[in-house]
Amino acid sequence: MIEVIDLHKSLNGVQVLKGINFKVEKGEILALMGKSGHGKSVLLKHIVGILKPDRGNILIDGEDIVTSRGTALERLRSKLGYLFQGGALFDSINVFENVAFPLREKTSLPKEKIREKVLQELEQVGLPGVENKYPAELSGGMKKRVALARCLCTDPEIMLFDEPTTGLDTVTARSINNLIKETHDRIKFTGVMITHDINQVISIVQKVAVLDAGTIEFTGTPEEIQATTDPIVRQFFNNNA
Amino acid sequence: MIKGIANTIEGLGRSILSSIANLGKAGVFLGTAIVYTFIPPLKIRRVIKQISFIGVQSSLIVILTGAFTGMVLTLQSYYAMSKFGAEALLGPAVALSLIRELGPVTSALMVTGRAGSALAAEIGIMRISEQIDAIEVMALNPYRYLIVPNLLAGIISFPLMASIFNVVGIFGGYLVGVQLLGVSEGGYFGEMITFINMEEIRIGLYKSLSFGLIVTWICCYKGFYTKYGAEGVSKATTEAVVTSSILILVWDYFLTSVLF
Repeated sequence: MIEVIDLHKSLNGVQVLKGINFKVEKGEILALMGKSGHGKSVLLKHIVGILKPDRGNILIDGEDIVTSRGTALERLRSKLGYLFQGGALFDSINVFENVAFPLREKTSLPKEKIREKVLQELEQVGLPGVENKYPAELSGGMKKRVALARCLCTDPEIMLFDEPTTGLDTVTARSINNLIKETHDRIKFTGVMITHDINQVISIVQKVAVLDAGTIEFTGTPEEIQATTDPIVRQFFNNNA
Repeated sequence: MIKGIANTIEGLGRSILSSIANLGKAGVFLGTAIVYTFIPPLKIRRVIKQISFIGVQSSLIVILTGAFTGMVLTLQSYYAMSKFGAEALLGPAVALSLIRELGPVTSALMVTGRAGSALAAEIGIMRISEQIDAIEVMALNPYRYLIVPNLLAGIISFPLMASIFNVVGIFGGYLVGVQLLGVSEGGYFGEMITFINMEEIRIGLYKSLSFGLIVTWICCYKGFYTKYGAEGVSKATTEAVVTSSILILVWDYFLTSVLF
């Protein structure tokens, strides 16, 4: 479960987050929408503890990641998977090493099991046979899928997706969304997904939040967002309709 | 007028405060890295890889600069010493200069230019492409994976590079002094044994060790706190090389005055 309470953050003198509040129940996925530059990625980075807020709390299964340090922070982060917007693959090692990295460092699995798991994850993201390639040799979509395989291989309890399908063609975007849905059905992770296209994720998410000018303008189910008359929320929805 | 002066003073104050804050941040960075050096597990494979990168791959440039430094040093020393009729002491003069001073300093400057800049750029690119964030999000420690192996590799590689520089430099001096200028071979090497003792070698070693720490610390620090895209990486790389080079020379002076 993720609970964000009264989160404030200023960056370079600009107040980006102005008292954010929302809650994602265990097993739910929340779609986070909002204009570019309005603090969605900043909010996600707070949830994993990369950024520290000026004020406010973020509870991960009841524990505050804002005040956690050392082993407590590591324990909380061990529950998390984060799909970065650009993939954040390690460019000095190949695809196999990238996906195997968290398994080698965080589990005591034997070499053969790791190999089996990595190849299985790559197969699942639709990229069999790319394990010896380097990130520089992959397209944007392939990088995102490898990054997704790297996140999912440790079966995280909580997944955060920073625009998993932005910049991809419709077919690849649909396959990534399907993959997220299949994984969610399988391991029932709790998730937050930044997206600009609500229509594509409406069947995946259980909740939608709209971030506008540093505050949460709307929170509700996909059905509620479709029915709302709030003009700020409608503009996002109409743009995608 | 008064407003202009006030603005200047304010700007100066802000710049001084920022410099002090950066100094503190760099100190904390080094302290954290040193602490993680002693907390297992140590990433041995990564340390070996970085020794290869910082040390082995810098060998050629160190050999070349060592040879020519030794040769030109011999030419200059011969010219000066012949004025006092002291050509017989050419070997010890060249060896002392190399072992105590030129070997550690010049090899450190060369390795900084080749490996230090690359180190800052590599870590900087990892920062701006969120690879360091990815390590953190995986509940792993970036110091353990990126910084500690480089610090250890620097401390191990720099003395080795300085030793290679010294040996090649002395041999370069032999070629010019003995083969070209006609100083006797026995005199060149024989007098070295009389004048060079372990203390001289130890002084050079201390210098190299500290230069290894300084260069990897500054270059990793600059890369780790890179900001604002490709321009930020370029700025971090330049600052890393310039700051490391200046610190090598300043620290060399202080260390020499203490160890003299």
